[in-house]
Amino acid sequence: MIQLIAFYLFAAVVIASATMTILSRNPVHSVLWLILAFFNAAGLMVLAGAEFIAMLLVIVYVGAVAVLFLFVVMMLDIDFTELRAGVVRYAAVGIALALALAAEIVFAVGAWQAGGIELGRRIAPVDDKVPNIEAIGNLLYTKYLFVFEGAGLVLLVAMIGAIVLTHRNRSDVHKQNINRQINRRQKDATRNMQPKVGQGVEL
Amino acid sequence: MISVTHYLVVSAILFVLGVAGIFINRKNLIVILMAIELILLAVNLNLVAFSAALHDLVGQIFAMFVLTVAAGEAAIGLAILVIYFRGRGTISVDDVNRMKG
Repeated sequence: MIQLIAFYLFAAVVIASATMTILSRNPVHSVLWLILAFFNAAGLMVLAGAEFIAMLLVIVYVGAVAVLFLFVVMMLDIDFTELRAGVVRYAAVGIALALALAAEIVFAVGAWQAGGIELGRRIAPVDDKVPNIEAIGNLLYTKYLFVFEGAGLVLLVAMIGAIVLTHRNRSDVHKQNINRQINRRQKDATRNMQPKVGQGVEL
Repeated sequence: MISVTHYLVVSAILFVLGVAGIFINRKNLIVILMAIELILLAVNLNLVAFSAALHDLVGQIFAMFVLTVAAGEAAIGLAILVIYFRGRGTISVDDVNRMKG
């Protein structure tokens, strides 16, 4: 019973906050609704017994991706009123496409309910005695090790790409030139002179 | 009792909302990226639901990889958005015509 209440609560909040994400006028509000959607999707995943993925969702999405969105939204100086200009024009085609997609999904689920295709054997059966995280670790670091390393590579490339894309050399700021500082020698910087009395030094 | 169908319905609604979000927010590239995140979230929810229903852990492993790709995609997408805004001063999709594609 409590599961049922929790499921419907999480599901309702996920759908409501997703709707608000795509409909709200201010992108900052959109990000905050998105965070709420992620939290509740994590709740749904906990209900399904996937607590590791749920924690990952909270940490990666809410902790990193959503904050990244928030930074970008607040960093860019955008005229928010202008952004809403085309909503009415595109709403019709958007909703029509969404409904077509929904109908397709309903059809697919209906077909699956009617009999279901036997999809071969289980690749990694769940052992109820082993905790979720332990089971995932056992599978991830043995059978899916190369895929895991590939995922790491994807993240590395994404990081380097983001840095390379957004990095710029600014000419209007004075920056420290460490190479020049280290290469500076005493003979370049000082001169030894013996000026005559009363004549001074010409630099 | 909750079955896998309940999860499928929730994630289907989430997916469709994400697709609709892409079309509705044509002027705002940031919200389009957020809609893509919603779509990937729906896919993750599907994978986890089937993993639980079929007693097979591979779904959760793949949900993790989808999460990885989603994070990388968000980072790259936002980086492109930032340099685009720096050059053009707008983030409207309709104005993206510099390459005449």
